[in-house]
Amino acid sequence: MKYFLFLFLTALFSLAVRAQEPTAETSLSQKKVPSVKLVDMSGKAVNTADLTLNGPVIISFWATWCAPCKKELNTIHELYEDWVEETGVTLIAIAIDDEKTKSQVAVYVNGKAWDYTVLMDPNWDFKRAMGVNNVPHTFLVDKNGNIVYSHNNYAPGDEEKLYQELLKLSAK
Amino acid sequence: MKKARTLLILLLFNKVAFAQGNITGNMETVFQYLNEDSIINAKQPVQKGLMNSYMNVFYTQGNFKAGMRFESYLPRIQGYPNRFDGTGIGMRYVGYQNDFVDVTLGTFYEQFGTGLALRTYEDRNLGYDNLLDGMRIVLRPGKGFVLKGVYGTQRLSFQQGQIVHSEGLVRGTDAEWHLNEGLAVLKDKKLDVVIGASFVSKFQEDNNPEWILPQNVGAYGGRVKLTYGNFYADAEFIQKEQDPSSDNQYIYNYGHAAIFNLRYTQKGLGILLSGKSVDNMSFRSDRTKDLQDLLINFLPSLNKTHTYNLVATLYPYATQPLGEVAYQADILYTFKKGTQLGGKYGTTLSLNYSTTFRPEQTLNGIDLNDSSRVVYHTRPFTMSDSLYWQDINFNITKKINKKWSGILSYYDIKINNDVVKVSDAQGIIHARIAVLEGTYKINTHHALRWELQGMWVQRNEEGINDKGDWATALVEYTISPGWFFSAMNQYNYGNDDPSKRVNYPIVTCGYIKDATRLTVSYGRQRAGLFCVGGVCRPVPANNGLMINLTHSF
Repeated sequence: MKYFLFLFLTALFSLAVRAQEPTAETSLSQKKVPSVKLVDMSGKAVNTADLTLNGPVIISFWATWCAPCKKELNTIHELYEDWVEETGVTLIAIAIDDEKTKSQVAVYVNGKAWDYTVLMDPNWDFKRAMGVNNVPHTFLVDKNGNIVYSHNNYAPGDEEKLYQELLKLSAK
Repeated sequence: MKKARTLLILLLFNKVAFAQGNITGNMETVFQYLNEDSIINAKQPVQKGLMNSYMNVFYTQGNFKAGMRFESYLPRIQGYPNRFDGTGIGMRYVGYQNDFVDVTLGTFYEQFGTGLALRTYEDRNLGYDNLLDGMRIVLRPGKGFVLKGVYGTQRLSFQQGQIVHSEGLVRGTDAEWHLNEGLAVLKDKKLDVVIGASFVSKFQEDNNPEWILPQNVGAYGGRVKLTYGNFYADAEFIQKEQDPSSDNQYIYNYGHAAIFNLRYTQKGLGILLSGKSVDNMSFRSDRTKDLQDLLINFLPSLNKTHTYNLVATLYPYATQPLGEVAYQADILYTFKKGTQLGGKYGTTLSLNYSTTFRPEQTLNGIDLNDSSRVVYHTRPFTMSDSLYWQDINFNITKKINKKWSGILSYYDIKINNDVVKVSDAQGIIHARIAVLEGTYKINTHHALRWELQGMWVQRNEEGINDKGDWATALVEYTISPGWFFSAMNQYNYGNDDPSKRVNYPIVTCGYIKDATRLTVSYGRQRAGLFCVGGVCRPVPANNGLMINLTHSF
């Protein structure tokens, strides 16, 4: 048993070392969006690996009980039309509300008239796969599924930094 | 020699096959240095310093996946479950997935439907982890059709760096069908339908000398989700077979859990009405366990999750698994820009009402002296007049101009402390809380935010008002995107005992760089209940230094 564990660890370790070698194909900044099957607010299945099929996306993890998350998404809401026009970006809001507050997600999203794509992650499968510790956590992903920027927090003005990163990405 | 050769082959194989994998993960370390503080009854542990850490590493390469989590408690931080110690692997799995099949061997987290029959999940902040260790298979045989099967033992605790498993075994299967994806007739129809059904069974040996206990206990039921334009409805019903346990004092009643949501939404408006009925529904893979241990199912409490600290941690409500009937209404409305109430930027009004009662239990046709040990009779959604919980609250969010924005909130909470037991006080605790929050944006990167909170607790018939009235003030200065500084004080000015009219000041400083976040706080923290979903963890009062580091990769 111990021997197998040792082998398993060695394998994991060695592949971790491989993955960190900054070659042309793999570098630290090129973490990809993992494939997790989620559903949207009406129950339609979505594979998270396909989110970038229509261009770059912002993936923002939030919850109805998270005040800074709502502040961030409400701030971006006022700028969103311009961002879409200039860069073709889509914002995917991942609601990590569990069954206690999951039914309030659509109430909030519609009550605030958000135009985002909202996906439900009630058992935190995608949150775990993306390595999110706490919300808000926002990722910027290029059209090939590579994560190019991420930020774990929200303070007024953070949307400006995200916008700069977005412009850098669309200039490429 | 043989070992070395295997290793070499493995490494070579690795170089070829794993050269282009994808690694994601995260880590967190929490360190506490605690002082003795007799005024707030905070103890200094003998080690003085406490530390929790964990790191997740997930690897995917094509269709192959593997992952693990190291955990370390040296020793565990205050308020964490007392059965966590040592350093080791708390989760590990390998698996394979494509569009048709998804197999996992090892540990996994899974939820059937709304979780009334089965939900395994983790919340590291709470120290909650009821993962299943065994095998899971997910099949997608047709468009919109998902079939799941799980088989395993649950994680009870983590001792000397190793997972401690439950005595019992959990097996389950679940099917869900999104009809509009699967049936040509319903394709592109306005009516959208999802149906599902679950069956979960647990096995535990009957080692009780007193009773003849069922060794296999099943729970089963179905669910439906309907969307029609702006209207939405969902419902799930789960029945549980006879499951005598220490929780229900070894009765042989059946149990049930039912939940429904009705919703109407349009741009600028959301309305929700929810109901829930629970009876004898504590479903654990070990019948002798209690509190948060080895729950197979998840019974969410039907009320809003509040965030301001006085509202969130003094009088929170968690579901009573032995029985309750609950209702909730939630409305959110945004007054449009340019209208009188909307002003220049629009104004959002949110109203929420939730209430929970004890179910009505009768002795109709029940003979308490027979040998059946069926001790009462109840029906779904029939309630008595015994109140467990009530919360009426509203908040108004308004952006006044480019510089100023604010939120005004008010809460009226009644909690039956004979049932919920958040403190030593008896009877119904009735608390009213008002919170005013303001943000002043100094320039693009600098902002100042403040909160003023007051809580007023009414005396009940016995003249008790628990800890009495509280006030909280908070200021926070942020420099985007890297820094924040905050100072908070909580003052229990209305305590009946003058020696307990204590201040709890705390300062926090944080630095954030991309996906890394470091916070350092120093001061006093009030005892309270830290809750996520329906699960709460009591956190004792403490005084000292806390350092928290998180990173994602």
